[in-house]
Amino acid sequence: MIAHSSVSRRTLLTGGLATGFLLAFHLPLRAAANEPVQPPDATDGKFAPNAFIRIDPEGLTTLVMPQVEMGQGIYTAVSMILAEELDADWAKVQLLHAPANEKLYGNPIFIIQATGGSTSVRAFWKPLRDAGASARAMLVQAAAAQWGVDPASCTTSKGEVTHKASGRTLAYGALAAAASGQTPPKDVPLKDPKDFVYIGQPFKRLDTPEKVNGKAVYGIDAIVPNMKFATLAQCPVFGGKVGKVDDRAAKKIPGVRQIVVLDDLVAVVGDHMWAAKKGLDALDIEWNEGPNAKIDSKAIWDDLRAASAKDGVVAKSTGDITKGLASGEKIEASFELPFLAHATMEPLNATVHCKPDSCEIWTGTQIMARVQSEAAKAAGLPVEKVTVNQHLLGGGFGRKLEPDMVVAAVRIAKQVDGPVKVVWTREEDIQHDVYRPVYRDTIAATLSNGKIASWKYKIAGAAIIARWLPPAFQKGIDIDAIDSATDVPYEIPNFHVEFVRAEPPAIPTGFWRGVGPNNNVFAAECFVDELARKAGKDPVEFRRGMLANQPRFLSVLNLAAEKANWDQPLPARVGRGVCLQPSFGSFIATVVEAEVDEQGEVNLRRATSVVDTGIAVNPDTIVAQVEGGLIFGLTAALYGEITIEKGRVQQSNFNDYRMLRINQTPKIEVHVVKSGEAPGGIGETGTTAGPPALRNAIYAATGVALRRLPIDRKLLAAGKKA
Amino acid sequence: MSGKMRILTSLVVIAIVVVALGVWIIRGPGPLDFAGGPKVALADYRAGKPTGVPAKLEKASLIERGEYLAKAADCMVCHTKPGEKEYAGGLGFKLPFGTLYSTNITPDKDTGIGNYSDQDFLNAVQRGKRHDGARLYPAMPYTSYTTMTNEDVLAVKAYLFSLPAVRAKPPENTLSFPFNQRWAMMFWSAVFNPDTRFAPDASKSPEWNRGAYLAEALAHCGECHTPRNLGFALDNRKKFGGAITAGWRAFNISSDKATGLGSWRDEDLVSYLSLGHAPGHGSASGPMGEAVDHSFSQFAPEDIRSIVAYLRGVPPVPSTDLPATTAPVAPASHKDGVTADARGKKVFASACASCHGWSGESPVSPTATLTGTWAVNDPAATNVAQIVLSGTKRHTPDGALSMPAFGNAYSDDEIAAVANYVTARFGTKGSKLTAKDVAELREQTAE
Amino acid sequence: MHMATVLTINGETKSFDAPPEMPLLWVLRDVLGMTGTKFGCGIAQCGACTVHVDGKAVRSCVLPVSAVANRAITTIEHVGSTPAGAKVQKAWLDLEVIQCGYCQSGQIMSAAALLAATPSPDDSDIDAAMAGNICRCGTYVRIREAIKQAASGRQS
Repeated sequence: MIAHSSVSRRTLLTGGLATGFLLAFHLPLRAAANEPVQPPDATDGKFAPNAFIRIDPEGLTTLVMPQVEMGQGIYTAVSMILAEELDADWAKVQLLHAPANEKLYGNPIFIIQATGGSTSVRAFWKPLRDAGASARAMLVQAAAAQWGVDPASCTTSKGEVTHKASGRTLAYGALAAAASGQTPPKDVPLKDPKDFVYIGQPFKRLDTPEKVNGKAVYGIDAIVPNMKFATLAQCPVFGGKVGKVDDRAAKKIPGVRQIVVLDDLVAVVGDHMWAAKKGLDALDIEWNEGPNAKIDSKAIWDDLRAASAKDGVVAKSTGDITKGLASGEKIEASFELPFLAHATMEPLNATVHCKPDSCEIWTGTQIMARVQSEAAKAAGLPVEKVTVNQHLLGGGFGRKLEPDMVVAAVRIAKQVDGPVKVVWTREEDIQHDVYRPVYRDTIAATLSNGKIASWKYKIAGAAIIARWLPPAFQKGIDIDAIDSATDVPYEIPNFHVEFVRAEPPAIPTGFWRGVGPNNNVFAAECFVDELARKAGKDPVEFRRGMLANQPRFLSVLNLAAEKANWDQPLPARVGRGVCLQPSFGSFIATVVEAEVDEQGEVNLRRATSVVDTGIAVNPDTIVAQVEGGLIFGLTAALYGEITIEKGRVQQSNFNDYRMLRINQTPKIEVHVVKSGEAPGGIGETGTTAGPPALRNAIYAATGVALRRLPIDRKLLAAGKKA
Repeated sequence: MSGKMRILTSLVVIAIVVVALGVWIIRGPGPLDFAGGPKVALADYRAGKPTGVPAKLEKASLIERGEYLAKAADCMVCHTKPGEKEYAGGLGFKLPFGTLYSTNITPDKDTGIGNYSDQDFLNAVQRGKRHDGARLYPAMPYTSYTTMTNEDVLAVKAYLFSLPAVRAKPPENTLSFPFNQRWAMMFWSAVFNPDTRFAPDASKSPEWNRGAYLAEALAHCGECHTPRNLGFALDNRKKFGGAITAGWRAFNISSDKATGLGSWRDEDLVSYLSLGHAPGHGSASGPMGEAVDHSFSQFAPEDIRSIVAYLRGVPPVPSTDLPATTAPVAPASHKDGVTADARGKKVFASACASCHGWSGESPVSPTATLTGTWAVNDPAATNVAQIVLSGTKRHTPDGALSMPAFGNAYSDDEIAAVANYVTARFGTKGSKLTAKDVAELREQTAE
Repeated sequence: MHMATVLTINGETKSFDAPPEMPLLWVLRDVLGMTGTKFGCGIAQCGACTVHVDGKAVRSCVLPVSAVANRAITTIEHVGSTPAGAKVQKAWLDLEVIQCGYCQSGQIMSAAALLAATPSPDDSDIDAAMAGNICRCGTYVRIREAIKQAASGRQS
């Protein structure tokens, strides 16, 4: 059925999009408003009605992917949405990575060309449907003109226009040339969701067939003729510089070609990664560590705790929090979350060929256009002289929302004659990440009649948005850091949220799968369980009582409780924990069942999620994303922590930055609720759901109210109490 | 002499005899007493030259000769903190009563040994006396080095003085009373340091004597492999019988057939010393790994052979706490063999099986084979737990050989479990480590 | 320079120049251009680099080329030509196991070796064979299911 839909090595490597844009697709981008229409280039008779669709005379339909594929299945979802409104023949669909072009492929939510924040389907839902529908209308117009009939009397299906009355049919390919001459209609109607033929069906993913046989090409697999291989060492202390480098021993290693010494990093270039790695090991590098060599985790936590005692900027306030907290017993708790590394399975890498007047890059990034502009700066070239060839990502998780790997590779490549593939060792990848920041969330609440009467919630942590998307950082509020804190599902009369911006010194921080909701869902849902216990109520019952006006939340919560057998008794030291979250535009309830043994080791038994994400474009992908997201979140809850000593990251590889494995994986069930609402985001929801549900399960199993991640197993040995 | 005086004198004499007897009993035999042959002065031994450098270096400069001897004496490992400048000291030695830090032996005048005269250096190395007269703690193995010839000691000094001076002051020791009283070491030294130079055994071959000099004076094998007596000095009654040192088990290297080197072939010993690995006997890790990397691997082949010849003659001392045989290859399937420890098996499957295999025979490298190694056959699992905790990184001619450290991400309970699983599956008798035991092992090696 | 090394990879004889201690992973990827085998950790902790040596799953990132000179090496590019490999690949697609896919070359190689040796694996067999393979996307539930499906030959 998808015989021709391969993401072939050639198409992925080609990357650059060599087609014209007869109709520049207008995203609601501020920057794009007054931009000239893209100049048309040779389309070789292709119908190219907008940024996303190309149909050649044979009917081969090329869909251009504005969002990058990093495992979330977005290539398939984007294709399904486009194909749905286009009525394309799915068997003739092939995919192309979009080039760096903010104006054409910018994410409507971020403005810039970025894939992240579980926004892809949410942001592109309307633009892609419009693009498909508009292209379809032009094909219909072309056919109708040829037949001399009213376009309204024509129908489309599987890449063909049909005029039923006369029994005539024309394939899209045959109409490609004629359709190119059509004026795109305005305000084309979109399909009624009940007429969807693709959306909502469990479609096989388009990117996976080449992932089972080694043919798929990730950034790290790019092969450029005559390229060399390099690996690098940055100063282990953040912000430190290279002092002296003794490269005598390294140069003697067979296969080592060049030692590149920059102010903050050293790279060894060789005939292959092994030579480069051995060369790097053989270097004697003296670093000027600088002032950050004094920083450690303890000082960072002391600072954050001090900052979290201060008043923050008010993000939301309803009712009267002062009065509310003054009436009744005030219950308080603070929740702390550690630095985390992303540890994508594909280590950081970029292949770069710098010439005096141009620079070409092969990599997998979540931010193509920003990578292009940052690379241009690093190369000292105008942006248009930099070509970025996008590849599949071996995991993104937010790490590749940063351009640092490409910038470093360009700086190295500038010193190298010919193309060079720069690959980070796993150790370098973990020790020079852009970390999920430490957070400390403090909550004070009162209860009344078995419900939460007042809720004062203060987030203390970094404002990543202020660095990453400055225009979005308004009035001291990081909209990401407060995400899911200001919109808890529960009806609370006196509700107040504050944000204290507290940047950890020297440690680079950035987005990490689950972003702001990670800390907020954790703190809020853990504390709700503590309040439930205080109120003498079952955690699910307690939540239900505050959801009278939240039917979508109530229904997922009820279904999750039912599917997880919430009311059935469990053995000693086994508990169930629930988490209800509003994050990323989806409504999700999760129950985790876990056992804590006498030594305090945690065994995951079962996880159940019920998901209402509106219209589910590809339901099986939604299930897969939640399954995987849960594992990602549970991994962090059990093991994830980056610690700092003498300005350095102490973890280095999977031996000390541990991952959950198959022999620890619980049974996972994900139920997707049918819905006609607009689609929500899904990629990060499992990640935010796992940790609080697990923590609450441990709370139920042991009575120990953990308030810090990762879970400290020493606190859970038999006999310990909160 | 009055009666009173006589009684007093008698008492003193009796006391001296008792103390002397006590000292004699505690001190026991010297390191080479087992050989039994007549000792002759070095100058009178004509059959060969047991001291100095191997033949190929005879003509080398004093500094080059000193370098060879400094490596043979393995000075660097103790006098270097990992990641810091070589010979600049600062490495911590965790003792039950505090931490000792090694000194800077670069020629820096303020923080190193730049002001040492030849005599100062001889006093330090052979007598445990510092330049300022203060006493060294016997963590510095001067009771072994004391048998080095003056010529060899001064060659080492020449080498050290040829190195760049590093200004680095090691941290202050943190010993508790009474161990912080350096002067008290004077008495210890008087009892336990023979302060004599190497005297060949005329009844033995030149190879044996060379081996004795290398093993005793330079490589100071006994400092780890010989158990200690009540006075914390080497108990040569159980010479090379194995001991726990710095949280690691130094195995029995006497000629005992079952638990010592008695059944090792010469080529196994040669391979183990020079490469840190012998087929069927595993790989050197921990302190022995360092000794191979920095010392034995630099030895001339004939010197390795001399040590082997010498080790062959050390009388057998059985280790009664070790099984008499090692275990055969474990079954290839995880289902066969020992499966009792579910947690240990889980950790093994996750983090260990990729390199060590379910059978114990490594699918990637013979150096990672567990079958036949002493470590997995030790029912105390000391070294297994230590290697899991802190990993091992070795420099072999084929490049670095390493196992990552798991101590920071796996709990004491998990490490105990995997050590118990590994010793039960690949050794003769499984260990019964608890989380508490692992916590104690961590303590002993923590910096 | 080094002697030319000769290996048998996917049934073909390959000759190249490499130091004997060079791990097979880098020979495959950087010398022979066979990029299906992935680099993940370099310390045999993640399994992304898994290949078959005489049919057994081995981590190529720590496997010196000198150790495999006379042995049959199979990589992800060719595993589909073995009965177990083909079944595993099919089950992987049928159950839509894959997300980012970067670890899946290794997962598939480990699973294919498991099935070749143990045609009807139970959960403990799957744990023993697959626990050395990390998947950061968390596809473990489907990996287990797909192995069982491949073993049973049932269709989804």
